[in-house]
Amino acid sequence: MTKIVNGVEIEDTFAEAFKMWGARVIITAKNRKWALEAATKMTGFATSVIGCKCEAGIEAELEETPDGRPGFSVLLFTPSKSDLPKRLMERIGQTVMTCPTTACFNGLDAPDRLSIGGQLRYFGDGFQMSKVVNKRRFWRIPVMEGEFLIEEKFGMQRSVGGGNFLVLGENVDVTLEATERAVEAMQKVRGIVLPFPGGIVRSGSKTRSQYKFLIASTNDAYCPTLRGAVKSELPEGVNSVLEIVIDGLTVEAVEESTRVGVLAACIPGIRRITAGNYGGTLGQFQIHLHKVLEEGVPA
Amino acid sequence: MITLKLKEQLTIPLETEVISPDQFLAKNAAEIAHLPVVHGNQSAELGDFFTITGADGDGEIHVEGDLGRVKGIGTEMSRGRITIEGSVGMHLGAKMRGGEIIVHGDTGDWAGAEMHGGFIHVKGNAGHGLGGAYRGSPRGMNRGIILVDGNAGNETGAIMRRGLIAVQGNVGDFAGAFMIAGTLIVFGSLGGRPGAGIKRGTIVTFNPPELLPSFQYDCLYRPAFMRLVLQNLREHGAQVSDEQMTGYYHRYSGDFNALGKGEILVYDKR
Repeated sequence: MTKIVNGVEIEDTFAEAFKMWGARVIITAKNRKWALEAATKMTGFATSVIGCKCEAGIEAELEETPDGRPGFSVLLFTPSKSDLPKRLMERIGQTVMTCPTTACFNGLDAPDRLSIGGQLRYFGDGFQMSKVVNKRRFWRIPVMEGEFLIEEKFGMQRSVGGGNFLVLGENVDVTLEATERAVEAMQKVRGIVLPFPGGIVRSGSKTRSQYKFLIASTNDAYCPTLRGAVKSELPEGVNSVLEIVIDGLTVEAVEESTRVGVLAACIPGIRRITAGNYGGTLGQFQIHLHKVLEEGVPA
Repeated sequence: MITLKLKEQLTIPLETEVISPDQFLAKNAAEIAHLPVVHGNQSAELGDFFTITGADGDGEIHVEGDLGRVKGIGTEMSRGRITIEGSVGMHLGAKMRGGEIIVHGDTGDWAGAEMHGGFIHVKGNAGHGLGGAYRGSPRGMNRGIILVDGNAGNETGAIMRRGLIAVQGNVGDFAGAFMIAGTLIVFGSLGGRPGAGIKRGTIVTFNPPELLPSFQYDCLYRPAFMRLVLQNLREHGAQVSDEQMTGYYHRYSGDFNALGKGEILVYDKR
């Protein structure tokens, strides 16, 4: 059964999402410019675990931070529990500690704890100092600019990666506008990030290739230029498809962001919204488009 | 809540380690009155000196009277809250592990000595050895927070291992002497020889001190951790200005007669 929202067909299907491990990192700095600079660098080249080892994004600009300075929260996800500390160490060490005036704090109160500052402190070569404030230990690492402050332990929790939906439009302009509106609405939901550039993916993939050395290749069924050459999934009149991928700390946050995103993308010129899955055989989570839209669809 | 009122002014010391939420746990006033105390060199009962009313329920104890010769209130306490109206004698909250003590007056020497946790707020002045180590002990305060609104005496925070002591007024000589770690913040002035023998740890002052020659000047900078520490103190009732939170500090390393990994931070008033 199809559902129509603002004239857009919502296909009765589901996004197949996967179990991930996630952490929230709070980055502060002297001013917004440098906090954003560090957050942007830390989440750079972190679009897909296929090629980047992790997925990450800026969750929000914060009104309150542990040290009262301007700051951003960043979410970072990895497929395995053991990978998360490695990626955090690499990225905080190379992009936050190196950025002028920054400090770095844990933003996730979770029972599983990773020693991140507790490892990065060794950069201080024996001159590092620790301070315990409100039962939280922080490390002060001397650096050429002054001192880098980082919390010793960061929480991590089971999370959800690969939530998604595809927006099928009449042309690239309207499809881009629809997905931009969706991203704007989704970024107000806490606990999720959209790891791709601007939150939007143009090169969705399938999990196979005719080339043995590739594990993923272009999603030909949704490529408008291949409509006549392959078994296309594109309805008539669709000439461009863009995808939004969602990673979240909880499945509820992913569902809520899917709901607000799909609704925001339903504008004239969009023919259909669907979602990517593998028939339910691979992912641990199924985010059904109709189910998440049951509440909140405009009358 | 249990309320204790001193019956009459004492002329010789009364040792009252039993005045503690742990000792009062699940006891009524009559049972509490039989708890043992030492008056001079004589054994006695708490009820001989205090009028006791109420019953334990919420771990709160309220103590009133001229308590200048009452020693050891809150010793080794781990929970609850003691409120003291007026000044109190020596060893307040010594070796305490948790809970809270609020003093609406002054304290004698050794308040919070060797404490392992909890919070002491002295709204008047504190004596010598605040948060310090008893003679022969390897370390003093080892967690927790002490906030003094007035002044404190000599050897404040001596040999402290962890924790935070903040004095809004001045402190005497040898503040933070032989500190192993931890943080001592003095909003007024430091006395002579601050940080003598310090291994690690931080002493912060807001007035230029006279430092030992075994300290070396490092730099002028804005330590990010000071925001966290001072914000924490604000939340505990300390008067901290925005300028102090965000300002520059001169850093001195020392004591190079010891390990040399300690620091004295001096607020830059410019």
